[in-house]
Amino acid sequence: MEILKKYPKLFQWLFLLVVFFALCFAIDVPETYKFIRGQAEFIKDPNQSAFVFLGKEVRYYAFDVFWRLPPLLGWLPIWINDSLFFLMNDWMPMEFWNEDTQEYKTRPLVLQITRNLTAFMTFLIELIREILLGGLETIVAFTSWDWIDANPWAELPGLPWTIVAAGSAILAYKLGGKGLAIYALLSMTYISIFGQWKPSMQTLSFILVAAPLSFIFGLGLGVAAFKSKRVEKALYPILLVMQTMPQYAVLVPALVLFGVGDHAAVIITMIVAVPPMILLTLLGLRAVPPEVIEAGRMSGCNNWQLMSKVLIPTARRDILIGVNQVIMVCFSMAVISAFIGAKGLGFNLLLALNQLNIGLALEAGLCISLIAILLDKMSLAWANKQVDYFGNLNFFQRNKNSLFFGVVVIAGILLAYFGSIYFKDGYNYLFEVPHNKGISTAGFWNKGVDWIFDTFFVYIKAFNTWLIVDVLQPMRALYLRMPAIATLVLVVGAGYLIGGIRSALVVCGLTLFIALSPWWDRALVTTYMATFGVLVSCAIGFTVGTLCFQNKHSRNFMLNVCDIFQTFPSFVYLIPVMMLFGITDTSVLIAVIVYATIPATRYTIEGLRSVPAGLHDAATMSGVTKFQRLFKIEFPLAFPHMMLGLNQTIVFALFMVIIGAFIGTEDLGQYILKALSDKNGAGIGLTLGICVAFIGLIFDNLIRTWVDQRKKHLGID
Amino acid sequence: MSEPVIKCQSVYKIFGANAERMLKEANGNVDAKTFQENGCIVGVNNASFEVSKGEMLVVMGLSGSGKSTLLRCISRLTDATGGKIFIEGQDLLNLNNKELIDLRRNKMGMVFQSFALLPHKTVLENIAFPLQIKGIKTEDSINKAMDMVKLVGLDGRENYFPRELSGGQQQRVGIARSLAVEPDIWFLDEPFSALDPLIRKEMQDEFLRLQEKLQKTIMFITHDFDEALKLADRIAIMKDGIIEQLDTPANIVLKPATEYVRKFTEEVPREKVLLIQDVMDEKTSSDIGDLKVSKDEIIENVAEKILTQEKTVAVTDSKNNVVGSINPAKIINTVFGGRKNNN
Repeated sequence: MEILKKYPKLFQWLFLLVVFFALCFAIDVPETYKFIRGQAEFIKDPNQSAFVFLGKEVRYYAFDVFWRLPPLLGWLPIWINDSLFFLMNDWMPMEFWNEDTQEYKTRPLVLQITRNLTAFMTFLIELIREILLGGLETIVAFTSWDWIDANPWAELPGLPWTIVAAGSAILAYKLGGKGLAIYALLSMTYISIFGQWKPSMQTLSFILVAAPLSFIFGLGLGVAAFKSKRVEKALYPILLVMQTMPQYAVLVPALVLFGVGDHAAVIITMIVAVPPMILLTLLGLRAVPPEVIEAGRMSGCNNWQLMSKVLIPTARRDILIGVNQVIMVCFSMAVISAFIGAKGLGFNLLLALNQLNIGLALEAGLCISLIAILLDKMSLAWANKQVDYFGNLNFFQRNKNSLFFGVVVIAGILLAYFGSIYFKDGYNYLFEVPHNKGISTAGFWNKGVDWIFDTFFVYIKAFNTWLIVDVLQPMRALYLRMPAIATLVLVVGAGYLIGGIRSALVVCGLTLFIALSPWWDRALVTTYMATFGVLVSCAIGFTVGTLCFQNKHSRNFMLNVCDIFQTFPSFVYLIPVMMLFGITDTSVLIAVIVYATIPATRYTIEGLRSVPAGLHDAATMSGVTKFQRLFKIEFPLAFPHMMLGLNQTIVFALFMVIIGAFIGTEDLGQYILKALSDKNGAGIGLTLGICVAFIGLIFDNLIRTWVDQRKKHLGID
Repeated sequence: MSEPVIKCQSVYKIFGANAERMLKEANGNVDAKTFQENGCIVGVNNASFEVSKGEMLVVMGLSGSGKSTLLRCISRLTDATGGKIFIEGQDLLNLNNKELIDLRRNKMGMVFQSFALLPHKTVLENIAFPLQIKGIKTEDSINKAMDMVKLVGLDGRENYFPRELSGGQQQRVGIARSLAVEPDIWFLDEPFSALDPLIRKEMQDEFLRLQEKLQKTIMFITHDFDEALKLADRIAIMKDGIIEQLDTPANIVLKPATEYVRKFTEEVPREKVLLIQDVMDEKTSSDIGDLKVSKDEIIENVAEKILTQEKTVAVTDSKNNVVGSINPAKIINTVFGGRKNNN
């Protein structure tokens, strides 16, 4: 009792828990409740109840409202869907000139807009793709097929791989020096020799379109948000939701609007990649010292000059970090958008995984990771590069890289020409190594996987069974056993205790949305998987982070490892786990753990590092031991930052759980995946995505509120 | 006398949502406390003064006294809430955006405490920046900027980036940039506050040298009273947004208008501030020795000479006419006396 008086908060938390458990025990599981049937499925069953709202009929299994809330929002997905279809097919029909048939045709406005957008994106992608791989679409777009027939010289081939490889090495050299150049050359050569050139270039062309477009839109919106409070306020909730929205979920509505293919993938990628760009632009512009802005004004800048000559160049570093983020998101999306028919490595990866050909998947995954790391390092080098002064260089010094590239182009063409003489019949390997003619290690890997299975099958199986039967199943059952009302009380109570009435209301709203959607049970499963992943990840991440922090070299090494792991597109993580654990929940969870451990480790190290050096010295001079310092000084001060790490860990874990649906889970992700192939899936996919985003936002809100208070309390920022 | 270059008539700057309405209701009687209770913060409270051509007005005050806000009202980096400001007869607050930009491009230069250089441009490009903004040809602007580099003694470093320079050098760049468009009016916002004491003194001397050559109309902000005394033609002392006293350094030291000003002057070495004419007797007494001193000398420079005399010393003007006299005892009284009274 003494202790409760001393810590009133502790008492409040205990009280909350008591209420929660009391509710759990007081409310029995209804006899008719079965998880598999869930609460609301779109099947007809005489046992279902139904209601009609906005003309949409919602059917569901009714339970005691304390146990499961009725899906009052069940009409939402149907309504979204119908609205989308209405927009696309019936809204605002207008006359549009049709180039092919040479006549006016009536088409709904939105359909026409999306089709034009689609054509534009396709054109951009084709343009770059044809520079890299050859093709005629772009030239035909400006002329005609007849013109090509008349002028056969216009059938230009793509660039030989040697030129692209050397060109990227030169660019890497210019940005990041010798080491990066060697890496660029080696990875490009690897890609070519191992026969992944064509899909790699398809992926690259996709990224070279998506990334700059995302950059332009992100920068523009960031600037607009910086200049106008109203724009910022309007953007803020969208940015927040987009940060926790699983990328899968965006695919579905985009499918309806833009159809299937690379162009749709580019548009979705932009939707996902623009928010971080906006945030970083805003961050960078805000960090420009006010006196620099005043200096610009006093120099007589008008608004445009102030933005383009003072603000943006001064915020250059943050903006380029944003570019880096954009590129990373693009790679991640390059794989995921293979679901809606984007060509390239992602598509091959998906195909190989579907056929359980781990070897092939590994090769594709490796290539994608190599390119991702290359572009990541290049963009970071660009961001950190100080501007050079060129005023007193002569023409040759200023243009040596371009000149050198010119030489490389000529050499490459000559090489390809000699190649065409040397490799008389068959393929010109100096021009392009065809997809199935390179060296392939797939067989080796597949044998390796077989060997692992043969040798360790017993152990893996035993581990698998133990994990599923003794840990995961009970945990899942516990989560599903929670009555809806008890969960609501717990979450809202936590919100109130942490952030007061405001936080409680926000959290309550988010939770209610999920509870009233038809997928509460599935959301519980998603949460259970994410919680399990987060718990293990945090345990590993905090331990590894703390240990690595003790030594400068191990600290830097670990941060680098985190950097590289973070560069891998999320999908790639599924390959090794499928290799080891096959198609089980264990695979998904291990992928979740590996993926989510990255931010946990990184934020632990960064948090510990941010403890001021003065405090270190002061503590040492007070004669503390290493452990005392760690527990009395470093942990308490680093804790807020570490909690931000927890926040990130939760987001990462949720992403991976959703992606894990590809392997086969029973949660929200599975439904998103199903929605992809459903004619009426758009509304379902979007609503599911919002549900996942809201799970993330509940934790986000609680953690952030707590961290802000804690930071204020500690006086750090 | 010709028109003053800067003229302020009861300028107010009040921060907060209802600032304008509250100012109207206050009817010229602004009380910081009542405003604060209503969520408004008074930055500048009823500032009226004039600065004439070639004059250096130093605005002195502690942090939060509103001196920087006053400067930003006059450069219109913030809009004053009330009052009128005239720059060479133009009503500053009525200028539209284009006219304002025009004024800044041609008439005004400003130096900042944190230097506020553009990190992505070299020294030369930074200095040429206002010229290029103005639309002057690259070659001409670079040439002009190069002259400025020489003026502030940075030749040989024109292709350095700001990050490669020391604080003193960076502020030289800031000064050169503010002078590049040859402005008539020069605003300096605590230009030397971020520098080490030794560098600061060096820069102050350098600044005086420049001003002797350029004869700009200057508003100089500082929180350092010694700096104010060293540089100013006139000093305005601000507290809580109000100008407590605006006068010559000598008058501020000798006749502090308020208790607050007196506290500042307490520790000031008078012999370094006051001129002979400030302490001399207007009458010439009969008992005058051979020594003559000019009335424009600072006491410190001639004190030793005077104190070795037993008789009263004659004071002359620039044409060597005797205009007064000074007794050695008066010197002793000036240097030590004031302080004794205060204890």
